[in-house]
Amino acid sequence: MAADPSYPDDLLYHSEHDWARVDGDSATFGITWYAQDALGEVVFFQLPDVGATVKKDDTYAEVESVKAVSDVVAPLSGEIVEVNEALGDAPETINEDPYGAGWLVKVKLSEPDETSSLMDAASYEGSLS
Amino acid sequence: MSQSAATSLRRTPLYDRHAAAGARLVPFAGWEMPVQYEGVKAEHLAVRHGVGVFDVSHMGQVETRGPDAERLLQRLVSNDVRRIPEGGAQYSVLCTEDGGVRDDLFSYRLAERRFLTVTNAANHEPDLEWMRSHADGFDADLIDRAADYAMLAVQGPRARPLVHSLTDGNLPSRMHCCERTVAGVPMLVCGTGYTGEHGVELLIDPDHAAVVWDALTAAGAVPIGLAARDTLRLEACFHLYGNDLSLDRNPIEAGLGWCCKEATGFIGAEAVAAVRASGPAEKLAPFLIEGAGIARQGNRVLGGGAVTSGTFSPSLERGIGMAYVSALRAKPGTPIEIDVRGTVREAIVAEKPLYRKGGS
Repeated sequence: MAADPSYPDDLLYHSEHDWARVDGDSATFGITWYAQDALGEVVFFQLPDVGATVKKDDTYAEVESVKAVSDVVAPLSGEIVEVNEALGDAPETINEDPYGAGWLVKVKLSEPDETSSLMDAASYEGSLS
Repeated sequence: MSQSAATSLRRTPLYDRHAAAGARLVPFAGWEMPVQYEGVKAEHLAVRHGVGVFDVSHMGQVETRGPDAERLLQRLVSNDVRRIPEGGAQYSVLCTEDGGVRDDLFSYRLAERRFLTVTNAANHEPDLEWMRSHADGFDADLIDRAADYAMLAVQGPRARPLVHSLTDGNLPSRMHCCERTVAGVPMLVCGTGYTGEHGVELLIDPDHAAVVWDALTAAGAVPIGLAARDTLRLEACFHLYGNDLSLDRNPIEAGLGWCCKEATGFIGAEAVAAVRASGPAEKLAPFLIEGAGIARQGNRVLGGGAVTSGTFSPSLERGIGMAYVSALRAKPGTPIEIDVRGTVREAIVAEKPLYRKGGS
């Protein structure tokens, strides 16, 4: 497990404990350190389909720990263009490197202006206390 | 994932130990209990291959004492209490008149006319009330002993050697109990557990429980939380009250006919005998998920039935569980399909236990 809390400054955060790394009109999504820590060791990630549409604030995937299943909410709207296939065999990567190798999907954004409603790292971290 | 204030939750005598060990503490049956320390997989495997120690002080105890103690307990619980020797242990269920299960219990005979029965935390007070309401005409007392005992389970292939090294005598064999001094503390040592491994359960004066905890952990016992307790018991196919057992299920369909001796005339015996004679419509069946996916409590079995316990098995590295299914499909080897939140997962009914100790 990634031992210490971290919330990188270059990401945007959703209150349901998801992050987005925005690059022009596309973005990478994942879950935050807080989310993976609360969930515990991830043992299964149901890969969503490439081409599927995701809508901000709606569930687009599930991660499961030994104990529970948890919905993953889209921080922004768009179309999935790539999924992290490596998580199929190594879902624990989500715990080990939630902002790097543990990314979940890449999305072509349909409404890039939605980024204005997400939090920066300081706001998100503040929301956790 | 929000954390709510836990104002009215009870704490075991080991709360400070759990907090210091970095446990994640959660509300469970009115108690603030450690759900995990290092991580559920590591804790689970520590019990399978080494030794772990669980704080199960939330569990309750009822003492039955007096000239009619045996006769009263015989009326209350499903098994044949007369068969428990002094220093013996026995599993049973507590039934309603219609055969529904109120709780599942372990009873220890401490003396000829003195028994100690361990209850589930959430059921303890209702159990005691129920027992007392059916005790008229018996010359025996039902005494609430829950506040008098902390309880530790030490489980795993190295559990008995570790506890023995701290004990003033031999340990009781499986399904037996005796008074011993462990780590300098007098206690009741029981050859029972809930993991499918060798081990003991220790009933200790709460004021001295921390001393025992410290001695066990210093000797190498790994603290284990409730999350791993659940995965361990499910691999061993032990029932969890509230999941696999309830007022709506009788012990025959739950696969607990072996601990029901209807000839003793226990409360609910007639209803249990009727189901045993006619055969239950559904039976509790252990299953293995074929391929990916993890079924959870409440998931529907296609064609009838539902999952009552489901998790990821750290030993088998796949989804496992128990489900009530049509009796026709409860035979090991039968394929079943489970609706896991909209995705149909293939599973196969398996033999009990799903994991056998010493397995790989």
